Formats: sequence, structure tokens, C-alpha cells
Amino acid sequence: MLLLGGIALILAGMIFGDIFAVFVLHQNAARVGAGLSAAAQAALAGDSSSVGAHFRDVGAFLENRGTKVDTHVHMIDFGYLALLLAILQPWVAFADKTKRGFGWMFLAGAWLLPVGVFFIHYVGLAYSPLRAIGWASIFADLGGGCVLLATAAYLVGLCIHFRSPVSVPDGLLELRTNAGQRLLAGGLVLVVLGFGHGAYYAATDLYRHEAQDYQILSRMVAGSASQDAVLVDAALAEYAELQGDKAVKIAAHAHIIEFGLLAMILAFFQPYVNLSEKWKLRWVVVLLAGSVLLPVCVLFELRFGLFAGGLADVGGLMVIVALVAMWSGIVRYTGRLDVGPEIAS
Amino acid sequence: MSTARQVLLLGAIALAIVGMCHGTWYAVFAEHQALDRIGESLADAFTLASERNVAQMPAALAAYRDAKYAHERQVDAHGHWIGLAMLLIALGMAFDRVALAEKQKLALAIGLLAGATLFPLAVLLQIFSHGSLPRVLTVASSGLMIAMLAITALGLSVKSSTFLRK
Repeated sequence: MLLLGGIALILAGMIFGDIFAVFVLHQNAARVGAGLSAAAQAALAGDSSSVGAHFRDVGAFLENRGTKVDTHVHMIDFGYLALLLAILQPWVAFADKTKRGFGWMFLAGAWLLPVGVFFIHYVGLAYSPLRAIGWASIFADLGGGCVLLATAAYLVGLCIHFRSPVSVPDGLLELRTNAGQRLLAGGLVLVVLGFGHGAYYAATDLYRHEAQDYQILSRMVAGSASQDAVLVDAALAEYAELQGDKAVKIAAHAHIIEFGLLAMILAFFQPYVNLSEKWKLRWVVVLLAGSVLLPVCVLFELRFGLFAGGLADVGGLMVIVALVAMWSGIVRYTGRLDVGPEIAS
Repeated sequence: MSTARQVLLLGAIALAIVGMCHGTWYAVFAEHQALDRIGESLADAFTLASERNVAQMPAALAAYRDAKYAHERQVDAHGHWIGLAMLLIALGMAFDRVALAEKQKLALAIGLLAGATLFPLAVLLQIFSHGSLPRVLTVASSGLMIAMLAITALGLSVKSSTFLRK
């Protein structure tokens, strides 16, 4: 249940992310830029009432973008956590029924939180009993609470198991396949690369970006106050460039690590993928190639524009297709178990 | 099951729970207010510019910078705690395949857990202190994490290459 539910969450999160990247992300960024530009022009013209209106628009666009990114990230991360908890199940010292109950609680929360977050932008504060938090946020927090409780319960189950002298064989972890070894090694390399890139970003860009953000906005505001249209336009262009630079570097860092982690987790499930060895290896190659292609192309998006963006989407699609193939292999395996032990053996 | 594996698995799940509690607290009690502060202070700066009130503008912009600085670190700490915890759970499962002695593996597990705990904590500390200590702690803990991960990768690759050659 956790295994199939986890992969379903990851797939849903990835497909949502792809749709968001293609149809919403760039258009939304353009609207945010246009809103900020309109606010700066209004300030330049001395029209203070329009400034507030334009910033309300910018706030709405940013909320739209932020909630969609959060939906994408939480869905995928809960999927990863579900897979990890699935592997740990033999060591959780609860009855099967109790474990299943916590599994349902985890999956319910793991869907409720991202769906709730998605609706924050559309529901707003309508009929909310609270001043700052709307119903969608309340349901999202409830989902987070369910995931938290279920994870804590599994931790307690693990602690009880580790305290007891009874040893449970972890057959799944003992099994090794070629595909699994390659996924584990490839995933670890991706994670190390992502860490290296993150450290490089933190050392060279993070604080510089933060300082630039403040300096550019200061110039924009000063230009508006002194009615210097040239300064305002230059600052607006610089600001858009900065946001783009920041976004691609953070996205590349996050995606390479997430894909590395996914590959490592999937390594443990390879014995359950009911496909021939040759096809298992092919899907491993597709998954790892897509995992490299997406972050690398995202990183070059500012230099090569739509070409790199399109290739990044192809990388994302490769990961999704490989994941669907592995998922269907696992479904075939569970189907074989359902048919009967004779066939399964 | 080895002690190193237990340390890694239990510690990592506990760390994930810490990250979730932090995220839930932030989402319920602080995030909406923080986002409002960021938007309002920036809007104030532009409104003051439209009124040609140059003297008040730096204060509004500084409020924007501080609110954004704190918000980004809260989100980073939440994301890194949970992300690193998940990585440690995955590593914990494969830890028996690391080609090192049990004592070395235990030290490696403790190092990984320390790095994963301290790095987001140091990021959070940057909100409360703009001095060099939190930044030094951030660099040291991320360095520790990368070094431990590289050793784990090396330890795994020794066994993996032996297996793949078979």
C-alpha cells in the first residue's frame, strides 16, 4: 500500500510539476514582472493609490506560484517518505492491521496537504474562522498532522522492535540485483553532485543574490522617487535577470538531489519489479539519464532559453516514463502474488 | 541489525519528525504573517516613493529585506531537515553494504546525523544572529555532511563493484 501509494504520489507530483513548468511558471513570472513594473511606473508618476493595487496583483501572482511549487514539492517528498517507510515495515513492531491503519493515515495526509495547499490561492479566507489562515490551509495543516502522527507511530514501532531480542529477517534488503546496484550507485553520485553544487551556490551566489535583491529594489524605489525613468527601467531589467538566475540555480540543486534520492530508494524495490533483467537495466538508464538531463538543462536555461527548457522537460518526462515502467512492474509482481504462490514461485 | 544502522534509521526518522513539526509550526503560526510583512513592506517602499518621501524609504526596504531573509531561512531549514532525513533513511538501509569496520560505520553514522541536524539548525540561527558564528557552523556542518557522504559512497562502491564484477 505504501509502496504503490508512494510511487503514485511521486508520479502525480512530477506530472503536476511538468504541467506547472510548461503552462504556468513562465507566464506567471512574466505577470509578476509586469506587476512590479506597473507598480514602479505608478510610483514614478506619483500615483500612490495604483501602487497598492499593483502590489496586490503581484502578491496574488506570487501566492499562485508559491502554492503550486509547494504542492509539487510536498507531493513528491511525501511519496519518497512513503517508499522509505514501506521498506522499513518488516521492522515496525505493530500488528499488520495497526500498520495498515497508520499507512492509510499517512497516505490520507500525504494527499490532503498538497491538495489543500493547491486550493489556498483559490479559496483564500472565505468563511474562515481565523484572521490569517483560510480553510484550505487548515485542511493542509490537518494533512501535515496526519503524516506527522503516522511517521511518529512508525518510529515508536521501530524503537520497540530494536529493543526486543527477536530478529526479523530483512529479505528485501538482502536481495541484490544489477539494476538495484546501478541505481544505488547512480543515485548516490547524483546526491553528491547536488551537494557539491549546493555548497558552491551557497559560497558564491547566495549572499550575493540577497544583497543584489535589496540593492536593485533600492535603486528602483530611489529612481521612482526621483522620477528617473531610465534608472527604474534598468533596475527592473536587472531584477528580472536576478530572479531568473536565482530560480534556475535553486531548481537545479533541488532536482538533482531529489532524483538521486529517488534512484537510491528505487534500488531497494528492484527485486519487486517484475520485468526482465534487460528491461530493468534499460529503465535504470532512462531514469538516470533523465535525472541528469533535467537539472543540467535547467541550469543552462538562461543562456540557451527555450531549447534548454524543452530539453529539461524531456528529462523530466524520461524520469516519469521510467517510473511508470517500474511501477507497472511492481503492479505485475503484486498481481502474480494475488494469482497464487505456485505461479509466484 | 548493526548499531550504526539503528542510529541512522532512528535518528533520521526523528529528524524528519523535527522537520515536520518545524514546518507545521511555521505554516500555522508564522508563514502567513511573514509573507504579509514581505509584501506590505515592499508596497510601503513604493508608496513612499510615489509620495516622494525619501527619508522613510530605507526603513521600509530594510523591513522587506529582513522579513525575506528570515522567511527564506525558515523554509530552507524545514526543507533541508526533511530532505537530509530521507537521504539518511535511504543510506541507513544500505549501510550494511558499506565496506568499513563496525566502529568506523558507527562513527560515520554519527557524523552523518550530526551534519544533517546541525546544517539546518545553523541556517535557522542565521535569523537570530548576523555574526560569523552561524555562518561558520553552516559551512562546517555542510562540509561534514559532504565528507561523510563521500566516505559512504566510497564504502558502498567497494562492495558494489565487487558485486557487479560477479
